[in-house]
Amino acid sequence: MSVRTLRIDGRDVASADGATVLEAAGDAGVAIPTLCHLEGLSPVAACRLCLVEIEGSPRLQPACITPVSEGMVVHTATPRLREIRRTVIELLFTEGNHVCAVCVANGHCELQDRAVEVGMDHSRLPYRFPDRPVDLSHQRFGLDHNRCILCSRCVRVCDEVEGAHVWDVAWRGEHCRIIAGLDQPWGAVDACTDCGKCVMVCPTGALFHKGDSEGEKHEDPSRLAALLRARRARQEAP
Amino acid sequence: MSQPAKLRLATVWLAGCSGCHMSFLDLDEWLIELAPRIEMVFSPIASDTKTYPEAVDVALVEGGVGNSDNLALIRQVRQRTRLLVSFGDCAITANVPGLRNPLAGPAAVLDRSYLDLADGSAQWPHAPGLVPELLERVLPVHELVPVDLFLPGCPPPAGRIRAVLEALLQGERPLMEGPEMIRFG
Repeated sequence: MSVRTLRIDGRDVASADGATVLEAAGDAGVAIPTLCHLEGLSPVAACRLCLVEIEGSPRLQPACITPVSEGMVVHTATPRLREIRRTVIELLFTEGNHVCAVCVANGHCELQDRAVEVGMDHSRLPYRFPDRPVDLSHQRFGLDHNRCILCSRCVRVCDEVEGAHVWDVAWRGEHCRIIAGLDQPWGAVDACTDCGKCVMVCPTGALFHKGDSEGEKHEDPSRLAALLRARRARQEAP
Repeated sequence: MSQPAKLRLATVWLAGCSGCHMSFLDLDEWLIELAPRIEMVFSPIASDTKTYPEAVDVALVEGGVGNSDNLALIRQVRQRTRLLVSFGDCAITANVPGLRNPLAGPAAVLDRSYLDLADGSAQWPHAPGLVPELLERVLPVHELVPVDLFLPGCPPPAGRIRAVLEALLQGERPLMEGPEMIRFG
């Protein structure tokens, strides 16, 4: 395994060739905020919260999909990046209907946590209040499009871990949303195994167990990482 | 030695559930410490004044701006107040009152509330000059007038309100950082 050396926030870091800037930063103890990223799922740079500055590059790069290279100099927390991260969170709050007070994930929500981290005490952008539906056709689970931030964790976990590929991302711009099957009601999709992994990894209250009320949803993305590690260990066992 | 001037404090109730005001009352015994240090010049829970006074130092404004009365009052509050605090999630995000915003305007909401669901004598509460007209949308306060400080929470916990008031009484700006001070919900 060849090693690449780089600098992250003034620290010298050695990282495996092929690692991402996010992984290298994590190994060096530098925390970069993320939302769409989840250990065990392929990275997609959907949320843009992990943008970093790389010297010599005019554009900001998402740390989760940018591979390390020899001599790279990375800045993860400049005032410019902090401003952008807060704006990203404000955009996520204003483009949907995130009414924390009546959310199943209130108090257990990664979006809410990131808002605190970036210091968002209000949004400087106007709220859009879009008209979005809720899909309660599944026997056990619900999908509230008002709270979906299109991180696509559900799409990836269903495809890459469960192997059912129930979810996809459809349409563009403000019409962009998660669909089940061929844009069917979730409950009508035979491919769904009712495993609940999508609910487990959803960072907000968009996917939830029916019957959960305000503050009752406890998503636990780390359970997914544990599951994947256990599977890998079993596959590698002689 | 002369006593320091008392802080002229107001609390204002727009389109909200009064939960933020209830949380204010949750300050319990500290209200007794607060009382001699302020002059309560306008409040739905602590004064009977109907007209918003001049020269207010600090106003805690609960609720979004949802009707014509809210709009007129918030403009007056802004004009007559040195430091306007958006008090709670409804003032900051429109929150629960804003749940009507994605619907097809106030007429659809009034139809549903007063006609569709009426047991009898279905009619809109229409009395010009008496019942304030609903605005097209419930808006956060800072989308209409400048706001100086944001105090989130639904409601903001009493400890958070106290931390803000204590700083303001010292003539300082409270540090709004971290989950203790700025979490929504």
